[in-house]
Amino acid sequence: MIDVKNLSKSFGDHLVLDNIDQHIYPGEKVVVIGPSGSGKSTFLRCLNLLETPTAGTITFNGTEITNPNTNIDLIRRQMGMVFQHFNLFPNMTIRKNITLAPVRTKLMSQAEADEVAVTLLKRVDLLDKADAYPAQLSGGQKQRIAIVRALAMQPKVMLFDEPTSALDPEMVGEVLDVMTELANDGMTMVVVTHEMGFAREVGSRVLFMADGKILEENTPKEFFANPQHERTKIFLSKVL
Amino acid sequence: MDVAQLYESLSALDKADLTFWQDAFLKFYRAWFYNDRWMTYFQGLATTIEVTIIALAIGVLLGVVVAVVRTAHDQQRIGKRNFALGVVNLICKVYVTVIRGTPMLVQLMIMGFVIFKTSRNSTMVGALALGINSGAYVAEIIRGGLMSLDPGQNEAGRSLGLNYGDTMRFIIIPQAFKAIVPALGNEFIVLLKDTSLISVIAGKEIVYFAQAITTKTFEAMYPLLITAVIYLIIVLIFTWLQGKLERRLRQSDRR
Repeated sequence: MIDVKNLSKSFGDHLVLDNIDQHIYPGEKVVVIGPSGSGKSTFLRCLNLLETPTAGTITFNGTEITNPNTNIDLIRRQMGMVFQHFNLFPNMTIRKNITLAPVRTKLMSQAEADEVAVTLLKRVDLLDKADAYPAQLSGGQKQRIAIVRALAMQPKVMLFDEPTSALDPEMVGEVLDVMTELANDGMTMVVVTHEMGFAREVGSRVLFMADGKILEENTPKEFFANPQHERTKIFLSKVL
Repeated sequence: MDVAQLYESLSALDKADLTFWQDAFLKFYRAWFYNDRWMTYFQGLATTIEVTIIALAIGVLLGVVVAVVRTAHDQQRIGKRNFALGVVNLICKVYVTVIRGTPMLVQLMIMGFVIFKTSRNSTMVGALALGINSGAYVAEIIRGGLMSLDPGQNEAGRSLGLNYGDTMRFIIIPQAFKAIVPALGNEFIVLLKDTSLISVIAGKEIVYFAQAITTKTFEAMYPLLITAVIYLIIVLIFTWLQGKLERRLRQSDRR
């Protein structure tokens, strides 16, 4: 589904991603973990070109998105993204936040989008907040809305960039529940996270990144029970 | 006794016999009531408002264009640099640098005495000079507003598949506008007051008429005080309107 070849990214002299090869298959739930500064978020942001790779190619369903002539907007419509800091639009109601993109990209009419918004809001139990503004919501509620907003575009893959890192501990659960439900529905997901429990229970594959490289990848069960690389062992001994 | 009769009786007296207040009254009367001079201030005020509105329109138009070009240029994707945009961006940069780097009064005199030397419509020339001047400042205010937003807002819009234009129109500009209203209001007040400068190129606004009265009465204090009060009142009205606008824009903030 997403094919990454020889991907490198540097900011000035600082090499953040070092020649990464990776393939993400439909239906997979890939969890990316690793120490901070290891390039996890940059890797994820390269997948929908929020960061422009320095070298290498990324292909999504047969389209090479790193080609400057590719219309990236058409690709991004098929890839939902959820940010650490939610990035809801504070000048719009929740309903408008959700329906803006589907309507403007002509994916749906306003009536259709409103219907989708209601269905999705029911799913995350926030229908009563439809006409509220983001500033009136808690962090956990904002992140659930951000997930819904991305889902309204009916994406083929969802990218999560540390979705629970900016939340109060008591709100982490409600967001992870929504993500777990989404995973059970068969959504292809790439998740950068520090939630080891989520990685273990929901992930179908775990990537461990350090210093811009993918040092180790395995099924969650094997990965946590039997880490191979020295760096992985040190990391896991600190976080578990 | 009404003011006209009072004036007649007092002006008949010897100057040396007048009290301070009687003297002040005479001077004020000559600066305001005499020959219906008060009407000329309002004639000047009409020009001031006309010049302000034209200059504001030019300034905002120029400012928006320059700000959009400058930000669009700075936000291009690496590897997709547009040559034409680079040239326009350079022109915009030169414009902002020159305008901000030279005094308003000098720009006005260059426009009035050099470029439009033969034009008799000094009001329009003045409005044009002020508009061009204001545009440079408005451009920087708007650019500052666009850049002050969290980059995550732009990323969120783009990651949903919205194009650059839609992201600007629905997400960035409405939020940036709210952020720049105080600075924009300030610029508007500066512009309004700077219209007084066009009297140097014979633009017929309030100061022009105040000076005309001074040349007849040989008394500068009251015409200038009256001019100052008129400006102050206009600015106060505008400040009040701006406060109302800001309160309305704050609708979506935490309540």
